[in-house]
Amino acid sequence: MEHVMTAIRVVPLDSYLVLSFLLFSIGMVGALVRRNVIIVIMCLELMLNSVNLLLVAFSAYHSDPGAQIMVFFIMLVAAAEVTVGLSILVLMKRNTDSVDMNILNRLKW
Amino acid sequence: MLYLFYFFAAISVIAALVVVSARSPINSAIALVVCFLSIAGHYILLNAQFLAMVHVIVYTGAILILMLFVIMLLNMNMMIEVQKPAITKILAVITGGLFFLVLLAATKQGLSTPVPATFDPGVGLVKSIGIALFRDYLLPFELSSVLFLSATAGAIMLAKKDNSPNVNRPPSSEPNGNAA
Repeated sequence: MEHVMTAIRVVPLDSYLVLSFLLFSIGMVGALVRRNVIIVIMCLELMLNSVNLLLVAFSAYHSDPGAQIMVFFIMLVAAAEVTVGLSILVLMKRNTDSVDMNILNRLKW
Repeated sequence: MLYLFYFFAAISVIAALVVVSARSPINSAIALVVCFLSIAGHYILLNAQFLAMVHVIVYTGAILILMLFVIMLLNMNMMIEVQKPAITKILAVITGGLFFLVLLAATKQGLSTPVPATFDPGVGLVKSIGIALFRDYLLPFELSSVLFLSATAGAIMLAKKDNSPNVNRPPSSEPNGNAA
């Protein structure tokens, strides 16, 4: 327990900010660049996790368990979202025989 | 301890880059496992032990296994992914970099609320999370079960094979028809 306390003291909160921003930006670039649906879903998970990391860092530095409850609920919603997203992916593969995002462009205009 | 933070940070950033840039979806999924495990390491470093365990169980244990299962089920590894044009990729990377810079500039002046000098060592343990979850956040916790029920029902409805003759489905002679 003492080691953990020193860990929070040694690492500044700004480091967690930069790391979380970096992960979020990488996830955003991935969601923009790739055309495979499952990789776009993975990039969405990456973005969710970077925000989770930042929430946990704030919670630990401010000694507030509320943010960690929020992270817990974000995890629940992410699990439900992945379930529905993957079933949509299976449906898309079955109907169009492809996992290319650009096929589903009817809602674009 | 600072080195441990930089070690986990480097692992998570490199794994995230591999997720974005890997050719095959299997490699992306494995890199995402590595990234999530290093984020769990960050949680342990931040004394959030309950969330670290839940993260490992839910993400690497359930979500990514489900993704790997779908990748293997759809035989996506053999598929050649159509690349986006180079100008789109360059613009996407520029957009992401600018977004990162904007976020950095927004927090450059420091946060409005200063970090307290003292820490409560009990925050993040199972006891404090359990007390907060079942005393203050009991209703959202119960409502999340309804969310899961509807998500399960929706997933089963979507993925179920439709055997009845349906006029709305595109004819099978059109392999690239839209799934509208």
